[in-house]
Amino acid sequence: MKFTGSDNYIATPDLMLAVNAAVTLQRPLLIKGEPGTGKTMLAEEVAESLGKKLIQWHIKSTTKAQQGLYEYDAVSRLRDSQLGEEKVKDIRNYIHQGMLWRAFDADEQVVLLIDEIDKADIEFPNDLLRELDRMEFYVYETRETVVAKHRPIIIITSNNEKELPDAFLRRCFFHYIRFPDRDVMQQIVDVHYPGLKKNLLKEALEVFFDIRELPGLKKKPSTSELLDWIKLLVAEDISPEALRSNDAASLIPPLYGALLKNEQDVHLFERLAFLSRARKN
Amino acid sequence: MLIDFFLGLKQAGLPVSVKEYLMLCEAMQKGAVIFDNYGSVDEFYYLSRASLVKDETHFDRFDRAFAQYFKGVESLSSALDKAFKQELPEEWLRKLAERLLSDEEKAQVEALGGWEKLMETLKERLAEQKERHQGGSKWIGTAGTSPFGAYGYNPEGVRIGQDKSRNRRAVKVWDQREYKDYDDNAELGIRNIQLALRRLRKFARTGAEEELDMDGTIKATANNAGYLDLKLVPERHNNVKVLLFLDVGGSMDDYVHRCEELFSAAKTEFKHLEYFYFHNFIYESVWRNNRLRHSEKFSTLDVLNKYGNDYKVIFVGDATMSPYEILQPGGSVEHYNEEAGSVWLKRMTDFYRRSVWINPTAQEHWHWTASVRLTQELMGGRMHPLTAAGLETAMKALI
Repeated sequence: MKFTGSDNYIATPDLMLAVNAAVTLQRPLLIKGEPGTGKTMLAEEVAESLGKKLIQWHIKSTTKAQQGLYEYDAVSRLRDSQLGEEKVKDIRNYIHQGMLWRAFDADEQVVLLIDEIDKADIEFPNDLLRELDRMEFYVYETRETVVAKHRPIIIITSNNEKELPDAFLRRCFFHYIRFPDRDVMQQIVDVHYPGLKKNLLKEALEVFFDIRELPGLKKKPSTSELLDWIKLLVAEDISPEALRSNDAASLIPPLYGALLKNEQDVHLFERLAFLSRARKN
Repeated sequence: MLIDFFLGLKQAGLPVSVKEYLMLCEAMQKGAVIFDNYGSVDEFYYLSRASLVKDETHFDRFDRAFAQYFKGVESLSSALDKAFKQELPEEWLRKLAERLLSDEEKAQVEALGGWEKLMETLKERLAEQKERHQGGSKWIGTAGTSPFGAYGYNPEGVRIGQDKSRNRRAVKVWDQREYKDYDDNAELGIRNIQLALRRLRKFARTGAEEELDMDGTIKATANNAGYLDLKLVPERHNNVKVLLFLDVGGSMDDYVHRCEELFSAAKTEFKHLEYFYFHNFIYESVWRNNRLRHSEKFSTLDVLNKYGNDYKVIFVGDATMSPYEILQPGGSVEHYNEEAGSVWLKRMTDFYRRSVWINPTAQEHWHWTASVRLTQELMGGRMHPLTAAGLETAMKALI
């Protein structure tokens, strides 16, 4: 069983190999890359193409490693004890499973996505070392050890906001999703909008890569933004000629708001467009 | 198996560990890569990269080490070499030869036999030249006229012909060095700088200020059978204090943009940041506002008195000047200084326990300039280039 991309996800050969190596060796796969290059989507597609269930654990700045294992709800136990409920006697009723426990506990192998691990505290990955390595952990309250029935396929994404500890990195496979080149981008768009007119796509890609190459942009548009933009172009029925034309009014591409997301970038773009027009005249 | 490869990576400065190497071996044993079909070197390249390299800034270094190790393996295929020979336009080679080889060598090559040999020599030549370029010889800027096109003097340039060969492409992914831009020795933008400066962020619990520990209180109260048990924790704040001294001298003009970036990144990163300007070197006064530099001066002595020695000091300057400006009283180009710059710098580095000098000029050029060497000496070797990697080491030195 090998992952080879899917109907709506284009995987480069190196990505496929990294995924398959991680699946074969049952080690976590760490994915980095520019925002909007399909890191999170990869987990969904891997789960779907391998026919496995996907469990998602989204990390926030306040997330603790312990929350992925389990949480002991002392407050509701206290309340129940004051109400004299029967279930208060068993501490198990107040231990809530986290995502990692659920993945370990599943009856068949699942895909576990740990999304944006770099958002959490700097010690977060270190706290998960043993859990990811041995795929087991200890529950203090009930004095039992939870061992994974089937080692899950773990996919971890990072936006590079924090450096991850070496000990953690050593246990993972690593893949960096590069920004796709023109050919791959064409395939990606084809997969998402199969009926798209050829020349519209060509012009759109041209404009898109031109914008990306603009020096000094604060936020370069990414794959997902290109897809949104093309969706808008199709919805508004913009003709390929409108994208290409060099007359003054249309130097700024139509619906540019989907591509440029902050004011400075729009200004910069307008200024450059104005300059290039001045040069032509 | 492959131990030399592993050691080669280690030598190239990649932080590879035995655990990762064993992981690679295990992956191969379990058949993640099948070695019997052509093109599997590619797969091996991807597999070894995924298991050994965990940082995209190291990809380029890995590519180079990989090419180094597998140079012998791929040249075995003579059929490929033949195809390669045919596809590389002869004209290019001739132009290259004229440019890079001496007459003597040309004669030698012809005597020794053919283009293949010539190619080898050229490659060596180009590799050499790249190194010399980094050392600062005159190759800089000649790229425009060279027959290599966009690739300039780069060793890749000569491989333009190869890349076009369909047979060849499969083997040579790593030779394209697509990750060069991610190498952290390259120049940097604000974001990189911020990432580097973030290392300095040291959240410590200091002072008497306390805040209510919500989670702790709830837990303690629950444990206490419902009787309120307040828990307090000291407030956390970034207690790193930074003094930034920026050179605004004439020779710094080329680096203004990058220094501005450094400055704006630093400003958002630190709560306690004080900055001052100086010209070429630190003397008895510095200033806060570059336009009012002659009217609004701060005495360096006052700075020393005002900001305690728990401040960390960062000097930013190219340290490129006449050595007299550092060593001689009255050596300054702008005014008469009673004490030499070196005295002032020593005074500062003695007082502040942690200080670094960040130099925007390329590190390769440092040893050519006497004043840079001198400053380096005065700083006790704590001079770092203004690159992501340089900032990293600088910040480590400051902690």
